[in-house]
Amino acid sequence: MGSLNAAKPKDALSNSNLLFLIAVVIFVLMYGFAILRYPGSFLQFQTFFDLFNLNAPLIIITLGISIVMIGGGIDISVGAVTGLVTMCCAVMLESEMGSVGGALLLALGIGIAFGLLQGYLISYLEIQPFIITLAGMFLANGLLTTIHKDPLNVTLSGFVVLRDFEIVIPWLGTHNRLGNFIPLEIKPGAVVVWVLVIILVILMKWSRFGRNLYAVGGNSQSALMLGINVRKTKFHSYLLSGFLSGIAGFVYIMTTGAGNVGNASGFEMKAIAASIIGGTMLTGGVGNLFGSPVGSLILLTINELIRAAGVNSNYQAIVSGLLLYIFIVLQSVVVWLRGRGKFSLVLPSWLRLGRKEVEDQG
Amino acid sequence: MSMVKAKAHGSHLFLPLSVLALLIVINLIKGADYFSMSLINGALYGNIPNILFGASELVILAVGMTLVTASSRGQDISVGVAAAITSAVFVRVLQNTGDITWLTIAASFLASCVVGIVIGAFNGSLVSIFRVQPMVATLILFTAGRSIAFMIDGKLSPVLANDLTGQIGGVIPGVPIQTPIILTVLFIAFIAVLLKTTNLKLYSESVGINEKAARLNGIDPTKIKFLTYMILGVCSAVAGFIAVTKAGRHDSVNLLKFVEMDAILAVAIGGNALSGGKFSIAGSIIGAYTIEVLSRTLLRLEVGTETIKAFKAVFIIILMVVASPVVRESATKTLRWVQAKSNRGIVLETGASDAAAVSRADATEVSRADTPAEKEL
Repeated sequence: MGSLNAAKPKDALSNSNLLFLIAVVIFVLMYGFAILRYPGSFLQFQTFFDLFNLNAPLIIITLGISIVMIGGGIDISVGAVTGLVTMCCAVMLESEMGSVGGALLLALGIGIAFGLLQGYLISYLEIQPFIITLAGMFLANGLLTTIHKDPLNVTLSGFVVLRDFEIVIPWLGTHNRLGNFIPLEIKPGAVVVWVLVIILVILMKWSRFGRNLYAVGGNSQSALMLGINVRKTKFHSYLLSGFLSGIAGFVYIMTTGAGNVGNASGFEMKAIAASIIGGTMLTGGVGNLFGSPVGSLILLTINELIRAAGVNSNYQAIVSGLLLYIFIVLQSVVVWLRGRGKFSLVLPSWLRLGRKEVEDQG
Repeated sequence: MSMVKAKAHGSHLFLPLSVLALLIVINLIKGADYFSMSLINGALYGNIPNILFGASELVILAVGMTLVTASSRGQDISVGVAAAITSAVFVRVLQNTGDITWLTIAASFLASCVVGIVIGAFNGSLVSIFRVQPMVATLILFTAGRSIAFMIDGKLSPVLANDLTGQIGGVIPGVPIQTPIILTVLFIAFIAVLLKTTNLKLYSESVGINEKAARLNGIDPTKIKFLTYMILGVCSAVAGFIAVTKAGRHDSVNLLKFVEMDAILAVAIGGNALSGGKFSIAGSIIGAYTIEVLSRTLLRLEVGTETIKAFKAVFIIILMVVASPVVRESATKTLRWVQAKSNRGIVLETGASDAAAVSRADATEVSRADTPAEKEL
C-alpha cells in the first residue's frame, strides 16, 4: 500500500507489511515459548485477554502515535495528555455535576483541544513537531499537577458500575487451584481497543485521509506535487492522535477508577517503542496499524514473562531495550537489503512471491 | 554583501538573546537587587552565580546535542541516561580504589569518559552504520539505561561523602567561584578550541545539510556522525560527573531526569534547526541558560512548583510561534512593506540587500529540503 509500490505487482510485499509480518511471527514465537515455559499461566485465555484488559490505554495511545509517525511526525505529548484526562475526569466525577457522559465528553474535549493546538502549530506554522509536542507534554503535566495533586478515587455510583462492568464469556474459562470454574472476563476497555483498531485500519487503508497520510509521510514534497493538501493531512493526523489520547484517558480511568499524578507517565516512550516494534518507521510512510497492537503485545508479553520468571525487575527494562535493539537492527537490515534488491537471498522460497521483478533486475 | 552576512549571522542569536534580556528585565522589575552578589565563606553567591551553577550540566549536554543534531539530523534522547550510567561508573570506580585523592578522582573520571565514549559509539553505530533514526536508536538506551545504572551501583544510591568530590561539586577553598561553573567554562573553551582548530564544524554541517553531496566531496558521513555521537558521550560523562559531585550521592532513578528534553529545547531555542545542518554552539549555550533563567524567574515570581511546567510550556509555544518560518516570513513582508511606504525611492540599497538575503535564505531552504525519495523502496 506504500506510495511507491503502486507500479509493482499486487502481491509484492511492501515494507509496511513485511515489518508487520516479522512482528507477528516474533509475537507468536514469543507467546509459544511462554506457553511452553510457563504453561500454568500462559495457557489460560484470561492471561491473553488480560494483556488487553489492563493495557488498553497503552494500545490506544500506540495507535495514535503510529498514525502520527506514518505521517512523518512525532507526538510525545500523548502520555501526559492521557494522564491529564484521567485526572480531569476524576475531579469532574467527584464534583457535584459529575456524570459518566459528561466525563466522556470532557475526556474527548481535552484530547481534541490538544490535538487542535498541536496540529495547528505543527502543520500550519511549520514548527518542529518534537518541540511543540514536548511543550504539550509540559503543559499537560503542569495542568495535571495544578488541578489536583493527590490521588483521587472516584466513588460516583454510576461510574463504579461502569468500572466494575465486565463482559463474561462463560464457555471460555479456566479452573483455579480449588477446582472452581472461572469464566473469562473482558473489560469494556479491551472491546474499545478492538473496535478502534478495526476502524483505524479501515481508515488508514481505504480512506482518502489514510492514503494521503502515507504519501505525505513517504515524501511530503512529491505528495504536494500530486496535489495532496499536505498541511491539512498532517493537521488531521495530530488531531486524531489527540482524540485517541482522550479516549485512552477515559479508558484508563475506567480501568483503574482513580486519578493520579503518575497516571500514564512514561507512556509516550513505551508507545513509540511499541509502534516501532510493530513495524512503523519513524521516517514516515511505512507502517501497518495492525502492527501497533502487536508491538504493544510483544512488549507486554516480555514484561509478563519476566514477571513469571521472577527475576529482578530491573531486567525488565534491560530486556525491553535489548529487544528494541534487535528489532531496530532487523528493520534496518531488511530495508537495506530490499533497497539493494537482494532480499530474495534471505527470504525463503515460499515467501518469494511477486519478487521476480526485482530478481530480474538484480 | 558583508553587511548582509553579518546581519544573517546576528539574526541567529537575536531571538535567544532577546528572550534572555526580556527575562532579566522581568526579574529586575520584580526586584532591583537581581544582580547583587555576596561573598559567603569565600565564594560568590547570588542570582547570576546560581543560574550559572544550576545550568552547568544542561549547557554541556546542549553543546554535544548541537553537534549531534547538526550531523545526524536527529536528537539523542539518551543523554540523561548516559550521564546516569557514566556517573555510576565514576562512583563505583572511585569507591573501589580505596583512598580518595585528586589522582583517583581523575582516574575514575577518565574511566567514566571511556564508558561515555562506548555509549556514544553504541548510539553512533546504530545511527551511522545501520541508518536508524537517531531518536529511535537512542530510545533503546533510554529504555534500558537507568536499570543498567542501578545494577552498576549495586545498591540504592551510594553516597560520595568526602571533601574532595564535595569541593568539585561546591567550592574549592580560596577560589571565589563555584567549581561547576569553572568546569563548564573550561569545557566550553575546550569545545571552542576544538571547533576552531579542526574541520569538525564544517564537516558535520555539510553532512547534515546533504549527506550525498558531502560524500561526493570526500567527507565520510559515517565517520562524522560516529564522531559526533562519541563527543556527545564525553559530554554526558562530564555532565554526569558534575551532577553526581553536586548531589553528593548517586541516585540512578532521578539523576538528571528529563534533562534530554531540556537539552533538545536548548538547541531549538538557540536558533538551530532540529533537522540538522548549520549550527551555532553559542546559540545553544544561550538557550540552555535561558531555560535555567526561565525556571528560576518563574520560581522568583512565586509561581507554584506544580504550575511551573504549564507556564514553561506556554512560554516555549509562544517562543516557537514567534520564531516559526511562517510568522517570520509574514513579519519580514510587513517590515518591507512599511519600509517601502516610509522611504520609497530614497533607499534603494536596503531593498536590494534584503532581496539578496531572501534569495540566499531560499537557496539554503532548497538545499535543506532535499529528502531521500527512496524511503519506501
